[in-house]
Amino acid sequence: MTHTIGQSIPRIGARDRVTGAQKYTADLPFPGALHVQLVHLDAARLTIKKIRRDYAARVPGVVAIFTAEDLPQPMPRFGPAVADRPLLADPETRFYGEPVAVVAAETLDGAREAAMLLREHIDAEELPPVITIEQALDPASPLVQRPENRPNDPNARTNILREWTFGWGTPPDRAHLVLERAYRFPMVTHFAIEPHAFAAAPDESGVTIWSPTQHPFVLQRVVAACLGLPLARVRIVSPDPGGGFGGKGWPKFEPLLAYMALRLGRPVRLVLTLEESFQSARRTSARIQARTAFDSDGHILSQDLRTDFLVGAYADIGIRVVSKASYAACGPYRTPHAAVHARALLSHTTPSTAFRGFGTPQASWAVESQLNEAARILGIDAVEIRRRNLPRKGEAFIPGDTPADGDWEAALTKAETAIGWHAPLPPGRGRGISLGLKSSSTASASLAIVRLLFDGSVSVFSATSDMGQGARTVFAQIAGRELGISPDRIVLTMGDTAVVPFDSSTSASRSTVFMGNAIVRACVNIRAQLRGLASRAYGVPEDRVSVEPGVVRVAERQLTYVEVLRDGFGPPRGELVGVGEDRGGGFRPDHPLGGRPEFWEFMCSAVEVEVDSDTGAVDVTRLVLASDVGKALNPQQVEAQDEGAAMMGLGHSLMEELILDDRGRVRNLGALDYRLPTTMNMPQELHSILIENEDGPGPYGAKGAGEGGILGIAAAVGAAVHQATGVQIRELPLTPERIWRAIAQR
Amino acid sequence: MSDQLRYQLRVNGKDRDVSAPAHKTLLDVLRDELHLTGTKECCAEGECGACTVHVEGDAVCACLVLAAEMPGHEITTIEGLAADGRLDPLQAAFVQCGAVQCGFCIPGMIMSARALLNGTPRPTREEVQDALSGNLCRCGGYSRIVDAVIKAGTAS
Repeated sequence: MTHTIGQSIPRIGARDRVTGAQKYTADLPFPGALHVQLVHLDAARLTIKKIRRDYAARVPGVVAIFTAEDLPQPMPRFGPAVADRPLLADPETRFYGEPVAVVAAETLDGAREAAMLLREHIDAEELPPVITIEQALDPASPLVQRPENRPNDPNARTNILREWTFGWGTPPDRAHLVLERAYRFPMVTHFAIEPHAFAAAPDESGVTIWSPTQHPFVLQRVVAACLGLPLARVRIVSPDPGGGFGGKGWPKFEPLLAYMALRLGRPVRLVLTLEESFQSARRTSARIQARTAFDSDGHILSQDLRTDFLVGAYADIGIRVVSKASYAACGPYRTPHAAVHARALLSHTTPSTAFRGFGTPQASWAVESQLNEAARILGIDAVEIRRRNLPRKGEAFIPGDTPADGDWEAALTKAETAIGWHAPLPPGRGRGISLGLKSSSTASASLAIVRLLFDGSVSVFSATSDMGQGARTVFAQIAGRELGISPDRIVLTMGDTAVVPFDSSTSASRSTVFMGNAIVRACVNIRAQLRGLASRAYGVPEDRVSVEPGVVRVAERQLTYVEVLRDGFGPPRGELVGVGEDRGGGFRPDHPLGGRPEFWEFMCSAVEVEVDSDTGAVDVTRLVLASDVGKALNPQQVEAQDEGAAMMGLGHSLMEELILDDRGRVRNLGALDYRLPTTMNMPQELHSILIENEDGPGPYGAKGAGEGGILGIAAAVGAAVHQATGVQIRELPLTPERIWRAIAQR
Repeated sequence: MSDQLRYQLRVNGKDRDVSAPAHKTLLDVLRDELHLTGTKECCAEGECGACTVHVEGDAVCACLVLAAEMPGHEITTIEGLAADGRLDPLQAAFVQCGAVQCGFCIPGMIMSARALLNGTPRPTREEVQDALSGNLCRCGGYSRIVDAVIKAGTAS
């Protein structure tokens, strides 16, 4: 079976994952490696006065202790967007969990004991931190970053790390209804079940780093820049992550480990606890002030959005999250006038980073909730008001940008039908609907190498990270289709920068489109080479040779690829190596985001809930997801992604929130106190609907998928809770306590 | 080291010699001493279920028991489930139902589900949800996992 496009073939790698054979980073043996432990303190903001290391140094097996003083000066800094993060706190900590020292020992127990002793012998002065949006904007608050580290930045003496204005059109002369509301989205953490793990080893050619990173080439670039090494001397090996969701996208402690490995001349390894993983990555929290004007028919006339995102102590990729989400924050609607003022605010909190949806769930919570409130005031059905504002396919709803690229109304209508939108509801129940639209990857590049081996089997080389979405499976389906080979004769190699060619990232739901196209082109390249090989082997001009998937036609003869390889190469044997690339629309300096999105990721979410008015507890009785995916190359995998994203959305809608005290400490650090959806929170009914019009830019008309499911869940849940209870809550999560209080105060 | 204990564990039907400090958990010993890395570590406090193994057929969080208390007990890990390279029907059902995404929670999930099916071969959906409520998954919506357990129960 070679043509498996559109079929749910079983996931490649599933067998190893059900038998326990799959090796994640922490499962790999690193013979002779030193165990590393981070030393961090019990508050967000401290100035280190003195570190007494003699007790720690006496622990048997301790090989090295590094503090800021032991590192090169000025301290090496790193970051994917701005190199603002020091290897160790220098000397002020800027977030709870930022390491002030690091210990390397022969045993894990030794490293832990030494780290504990070091921590107990640190003389530090605690300072008041900035942990809320209001504090970050208060001119009287301390500065998170030093102005001298932000040269040529007009905001250097504020906690505004970056700000942007986006917009188009002219404000309306008059409006029937103007609503202005503020919505809040909490800090939440990725909680991949695999905690972060890293290793680094020096070798003849430089340094090799093992990390379950989603973007090995970003890590290579950042480590090389931080340590002053050529790219070729930094090798990244990235075993399949045990969940990423953006949290494993951008460098964390790899630069520090690489430095230690080179300095000590020995391999080093560090496995974070779940608590430390919480302290390493989170979603950007936000306050979004939305002022929306409507005519009497519910048409949107204007959106005026002030989006304040609380990023952490360092830029990480947070500034891109803010700009990208804010740029498209008006959602999938005709918006004649838009004015968006976006700010990324520094704080003494965990550096916020990419997290499924990349800022869009925060913006959607505000804009979609506001649309639901407006619909109620205007007396228009929530589905109908959306229908009236949706652009048709091909319509440029953001002037000058990628037009609407799907039949979005079809998704809305299918969700409306599937949830039973117009059916009567018993008391205590409510329904809500919401749309989500996310800008996909803009300027980025993917390369793939496909090798057609002498026996007709195939090796594919790709830097995409198979972190649960099933990239290997889809790529094998694509290569199988293009070369007429069964996926079980195709092997994918991923995640080693010494072996696989460049790829920008596994992010933005881009891999099926970008890497998929690159693999198609590498296969086309192989077919062209086969044509030349056949022409030479059989002495027939190239114009009488045609190559299709699995078949070579030479004049009147029909041959297999293997026959052509055998006849073309003869006894010395050989193979064909195809290279393919996709750079999308390319970098455009005039575009606010540096390039147009290749496609829009569009999803309609509809939920039905039952609220217990005595306790405020929400039970999700039905959940419907309708996504416009162009073409589902493996429908089961697409549906599973949509469902997983929606479940994650139920998490931040109903229960998840990192709770900080006034010293900036996370009080619900870890699995006991941070609530995550479990099987007990599953929707009673769940329907995934895929809209397939084969109108995407990827192989066979595919668009990206995997983030859509999370985008609109919160606003749909918020509207459903309102219908069930009559209370409108504009701050997530909608915990039982928050709902119960709102009902009591009604 | 002075606090090193020597004892024998019976794991997946084989007696294994262990030499480890007294404070090591069953999870530590399985992973670090016996190199059975199919059992995963996530929260290390008994909340996530990633380290679930069977002790005398019961699902137990390996992070919550001391390995030195385990001699004389029959321990089964995910590596012990497939017999002679043939998948347990539950493992096969996880593959077929598309229940596996990143896979990190899956060994623990399968061990919890196997313990359920051993006692309740045809569980209801609610019984499956209840039995797996201590196993966290972050990739999926749980529904395919529940489907797989029910399918395996029906098939057996």
